[in-house]
Amino acid sequence: MTRVLYYMEPLLEVTNLETHYVSFGGARVVKAVDEVSFTLNEGETLGIVGESGCGKTTTCLSIVGLLPPAARIVGGHIEFAGKDLAQLSQSEMRRVRGAQIAMILQDPMASLNPLFSIYTQVAEPAYYHRSIRGRSLRQRVRQLLDAVRIPSPAQRMREYPHQMSGGMRQRIVGAIALAGGPRLIVADEPTTNLDVTIQAQYLDLLKELQQETGVAVIFVTHNLGIVARMCDKLAVMYAGKIVEAGAVRDLFNSPQHPYTKGLLGSMPKLGSKEKLFAIPGQPPDLASLPSGCAFHPRCTEAMPRCSTEEPGEIRVGGEWRARCWRAEPQYGQSAKGLDVDAAVGS
Amino acid sequence: MGNPQRVSMSMPLLEVEGLTKHFPVTIALFPRRQIGWVKAVDGIDFAVSPGETLGVIGESGCGKTTTSKLILLQESPTSGAIRFDGEDIAGLAGPELMRYRREVQVVFQDPYSSLSPRMRVGEIIAEPLQIHTDLSRAAQQERVAEVLDLVGLRPEVAALFPHEFSGGQRQRIAIARALVTNTRLIVLDEPVSALDVSIRAQIMNQLEELQARLGVSYIFIGHDLASVAHISHRIAVMYLGQIVEMADSLELCEKPLHPYTQALFTAALPAHPDDKREKLTISGEVPSALSPPSGCGFHPRCPKAMSRCAVDAPERKEVAPGHSVACHLY
Amino acid sequence: MVSLSPQTSAAAAAIGRPPIAWFGQFRGLPLLPLAILVPFVLIAVFADYIAPYDPTEPVAGMKIFIPPAWMQSGDIRVLLGTDFQGRDVLSRLIFGARVSLIVGVMGTVVAGGIGTALGILAGYLGGWADQVIMRLTDAWLALPALVFAIFLATMVGPSMWNIIIILGLVYWTRYARVIRGEVLSLREREFVKLAEIAGASSTRVIRRHILPNVLNSAMVLASLTIGVVIIAEASLSFLGVGVPPPEPAWGSMLADGRSMLMVGAWWLTVLPGLCIMMVVLATQLLGDWLRIRLDPQLRNL
Repeated sequence: MTRVLYYMEPLLEVTNLETHYVSFGGARVVKAVDEVSFTLNEGETLGIVGESGCGKTTTCLSIVGLLPPAARIVGGHIEFAGKDLAQLSQSEMRRVRGAQIAMILQDPMASLNPLFSIYTQVAEPAYYHRSIRGRSLRQRVRQLLDAVRIPSPAQRMREYPHQMSGGMRQRIVGAIALAGGPRLIVADEPTTNLDVTIQAQYLDLLKELQQETGVAVIFVTHNLGIVARMCDKLAVMYAGKIVEAGAVRDLFNSPQHPYTKGLLGSMPKLGSKEKLFAIPGQPPDLASLPSGCAFHPRCTEAMPRCSTEEPGEIRVGGEWRARCWRAEPQYGQSAKGLDVDAAVGS
Repeated sequence: MGNPQRVSMSMPLLEVEGLTKHFPVTIALFPRRQIGWVKAVDGIDFAVSPGETLGVIGESGCGKTTTSKLILLQESPTSGAIRFDGEDIAGLAGPELMRYRREVQVVFQDPYSSLSPRMRVGEIIAEPLQIHTDLSRAAQQERVAEVLDLVGLRPEVAALFPHEFSGGQRQRIAIARALVTNTRLIVLDEPVSALDVSIRAQIMNQLEELQARLGVSYIFIGHDLASVAHISHRIAVMYLGQIVEMADSLELCEKPLHPYTQALFTAALPAHPDDKREKLTISGEVPSALSPPSGCGFHPRCPKAMSRCAVDAPERKEVAPGHSVACHLY
Repeated sequence: MVSLSPQTSAAAAAIGRPPIAWFGQFRGLPLLPLAILVPFVLIAVFADYIAPYDPTEPVAGMKIFIPPAWMQSGDIRVLLGTDFQGRDVLSRLIFGARVSLIVGVMGTVVAGGIGTALGILAGYLGGWADQVIMRLTDAWLALPALVFAIFLATMVGPSMWNIIIILGLVYWTRYARVIRGEVLSLREREFVKLAEIAGASSTRVIRRHILPNVLNSAMVLASLTIGVVIIAEASLSFLGVGVPPPEPAWGSMLADGRSMLMVGAWWLTVLPGLCIMMVVLATQLLGDWLRIRLDPQLRNL
């Protein structure tokens, strides 16, 4: 259970974010992130789920201000702690990154500098953003290494990344993320390269740290199991848009969007030999999206309307919304009615 | 539908006995001195019957990759035997070796590097035919179209190059290639781990369908318990080069006996936020294969370790029909 | 950096490629290098029809040392002047192009052929084959290229084909090194392993899987080497051990013209020098364009 803090307003509020990959001269535009909106409160965990090319990583990079040169935020707002991150300059973003927002990436070896000691790397955010020096700095590093359960921290501090295992490196990355005392951590598939038992330990650790520090987390993943384990809220992305968002339990119990249903149905359940539901077709090419709803070619519940009109966000209840014509009240959606045989084996 | 338990109980197709592979570790100085062994695979036994899927699950360093290399004759064992159709494959050469190569194939994890980038799909799939048979060009093309249809691709794709296909389609091409010579056993090394979630289900279903239709056996290596359990008839759990537990897939899910297997189950991700979460029973990391623990390899991390476990390595014994485990608790 | 999905990075790669403004591409082809090379190639091919005079004979009725036509004592009938024997400089340049380009291209082909073959063998077979070939490469590299070429030339006597083979023998090492490196990494790629597991013989694997995938690098290397070989040929001619007279070659024109500088006949050195420079520059630019175009990043798409 997450600790609900009293809050005045959301910690992070993304409104109609649009990030495009633009070619030189503007001849080709890929809408990597298209009208994405969500809110995140203090201490909450939001899961962003989707497959390759859906825009989840680009969304995170937009928030953290680390977009590659070819990409640009062309619209929308990212309200964080009173500022619109989309409008900040690089130097202003640098002050926010590390201190208030930290990022954890998939490959720990890529996030750690092989030339610097663990101490140097963990101390850096605390040094720059909190201006901690000397003995307090060393204590802080020890604290952080303890917090991420690194055994014999005093010794490990002096070691280098290549001397550690994958799981430990990912914890170090976690320690670095926490060093600046951030209010938000954006974690992009941090456990994909880890062994199953190491992943479990890491996720447990993350949950504990969240409870201790009250930090909010955005968890980007393609794995619904992680979402079930870690997240309070969920946003499902497809072709650059959020197709369904809401509380985790709501989406798992009665998903409204056929894509969400498909993702849930395609997860093998332990101990069950039930045939898996396979969403037919391939994820779309962002440069040439289908007309109307981007998902309609693969949708087992598509109606004629879906190929011509793009659905807006339909409010299902409270913060729960879905971008699907079927979510409209007249269709009386109930839990999972998946047409398994229609889609199986494609 | 699901996975039909239509497994032939006749002579096993592939039998592995006491298979061991130790890699010498040397200091790269002159003269080379050996400082130890990496016991990648340390005495494993299992068998795969025709039409059956044996799942192999384990984490890094458990030896599953080395096992597949040994089966595929990319490495030669330090000791032990691998028998295919009753014949030891170690001494195979010439036409016998070619026969083995024709009947045992592999599908790798990365769809982006398993297909030769400068060859057309049709040529890629036809290559085993060219190596093993002397079918005419036309006959080859016919067979290629046949297997493409089996994996759900249109015959026209034979003229295209790999880079025009998505990951899931490439894996289908790889599977088609693995089937083209009437293969009897396919080693699948994490075949869906690199694919998108929605495509994974497609490929898994396809694999099951192919097995039902063609009676081909699979050795399915994976790290995701749910996927492996879904597609496999039996599962072998590996840790530090040994099989610590082996049982029917459903039996294993209901009653995992070995503490490591149990840990894998508690570590597995839930399917629903409300799923009962058991406390994780494991801590620490997999020890280095260079200096494995004494006695039972798992004892330093085992929540139920006894004093005996540090001294004696347990043998794998059958404790229930078809269910064997290597643990002093039993 | 964050790993983007294949879709996204494909989109980004196709869009955000750095503009190769240097080449002013037209329909994807590099304008500048081709604008230089194509005319030269055509000139070399059709030299017999284009050249106004016989390059080996003095022009009838012309004096020696006539400067180019736009100069004061120039003559429009000998556009670029005459040399110390009264031969038409323009015709000599035209036929010289033939020699330079043929030697350049063929020499590169020989070098590329030897080097690629050795590189593949070393990389794929490994073991002692690798050791032997690599030590050979090292030893060969230790030889000063030009000195070695001169040595060989004096041994076997100068003729166009001898020069081609000699230059091929001198310059193969750069191929061997690079190709071997590529093959080493190719060998570990899964499609090669799959071929081996399927029972393919080494010959088959090399022919169908390794060779096609190193051709890109070989081609880029080749285009960059042509320039070097052309200059080497020119140097050999300059030193008198290149393609023998009276066959005109830019290098020997340079050599002959050197002593004429004193007399003020600058066109006898500057013009052949300009030709060498333009052709070499063009091949280098072409090689550069090829390298960017055939970037391995795009190979995975």
